[in-house]
Amino acid sequence: MTSDILRPGGALLSGSVYGCLLNVQEELDRLGDAIYEAPYHGVPTGPVLYVKTPNTQIAAGQPVPIPDDVDQVRVGAALGIVIKTTLTRANAAQALEAIAGYTLVNDITVPHDSLFRQPLKHKCRDGFCPIGPRLVSASDLPDPATFIVRTYVNGVCRHEFRLDQLVRPVPTLLAEISDFTSLYPGDLILAGVSPSAPLAGVGDVVAIEIDGLGRLESPLVREGEQAA
Amino acid sequence: MKHARIAYEGRVQQAWEDSGMVRLADGRRVAETEVVWLPPVTPGTILALGLNYADHAAEIASQAPDEPMVFLKGANTLVGHRAFTPRPDDASNMHYECELAIVVGRPARNVTKADAYAYIAGYTVANDYAVRNYLEGFYRPNFRIKSRDNCTPIGPWLVDAADIPDPMDLSLTTRVNGVTTQEGTTRDMLFDVPFLIEYFSSFMTLQPGDLILTGTPKGTVNVMPGDEVVTEIESIGALYNTIIARRP
Repeated sequence: MTSDILRPGGALLSGSVYGCLLNVQEELDRLGDAIYEAPYHGVPTGPVLYVKTPNTQIAAGQPVPIPDDVDQVRVGAALGIVIKTTLTRANAAQALEAIAGYTLVNDITVPHDSLFRQPLKHKCRDGFCPIGPRLVSASDLPDPATFIVRTYVNGVCRHEFRLDQLVRPVPTLLAEISDFTSLYPGDLILAGVSPSAPLAGVGDVVAIEIDGLGRLESPLVREGEQAA
Repeated sequence: MKHARIAYEGRVQQAWEDSGMVRLADGRRVAETEVVWLPPVTPGTILALGLNYADHAAEIASQAPDEPMVFLKGANTLVGHRAFTPRPDDASNMHYECELAIVVGRPARNVTKADAYAYIAGYTVANDYAVRNYLEGFYRPNFRIKSRDNCTPIGPWLVDAADIPDPMDLSLTTRVNGVTTQEGTTRDMLFDVPFLIEYFSSFMTLQPGDLILTGTPKGTVNVMPGDEVVTEIESIGALYNTIIARRP
């Protein structure tokens, strides 16, 4: 098996980290008819991206600092797709060839209801994107549609979802993104986050698992304080 | 001082403005048309403001916001001075946006307005193109309208903050094929430069090289393939861009 330790900002993760809204069927189910009403006015025609900025990115095991104005956060377990060759206006077959491998990503998010504006204050706090621990080569793993993503809070599995319920399967997702936003070597794309992701707060230890990708564990600490 | 990143003689290098010419590190001076201009910084984070001038907010039929309306862009969007920006063939309204861009100079977290200028390396010009008919209702403005490949020209120069005593009193001008189509002043920003440093640093650490695009005034009009668009900010520079048709 081929795998490498991932370090945010290192050679393997030198680019952007993008998340995708509405790529888990449950997100659409939960919106229901609201998707056709103001302020959304319909199903988006393509992938809806957001950015996990560099200040959010931390390695496996590092504490996530929870700011004073934040009580609980959503533990947004996601499959991370790492890119190895540039994708511009690619098709799904080309996109599949451009995948270096997979890892685990925890899209820590301050809970919020409105999906109208970009949620910087909810998603771009320092340390709100643990990544890792390893990049596992795509050739060593089965089709990601078979993956089950599990989320643990203090050792108890609180949520799981299957990646066969992605609205756009991984290759299609990358291809459609690359129609307007090129993906480059070292970019990381989150395949989607369940709206049922569990909540956690200061003092909790959260972890994400997908079989074959290991375990991404992060203690949540009050910002400015050390991990216990 | 005005700094640039260019490619010349097969190498990416730093260069400086010198009497209307581009001065290389070895002292040679070359014409600006002889070099390939790159974005003057390679940011980790690209923050952008929407609706930050009341007249533009009215122009696109929105209310002026109570809090900064912020969005993020990817590195794929940036191109340098004298580059080309593709217009999709199904665009019905693709417009430029002349914007003052702040370049962060040192790590900034919980910085007050009073201290904000000490955290700024300098300023450059950004042209934050939008394909308006791609606007959709989730995480708006969505990437398809605002984070498109090659749709954020930036440059030519990074101008040291010390050379711009008052960034809140600069005129902005856009010319399309030589005709002035947009005029404004940074005096009319709703959320000014020190406020933005305080605002962003209140919830995230800004890093050196990070960019904040501060929004655009009234006067955004549709542009077509072949149009030459010059976005200029007083004392900062004139950023040239040409619209081309996107490959079908």
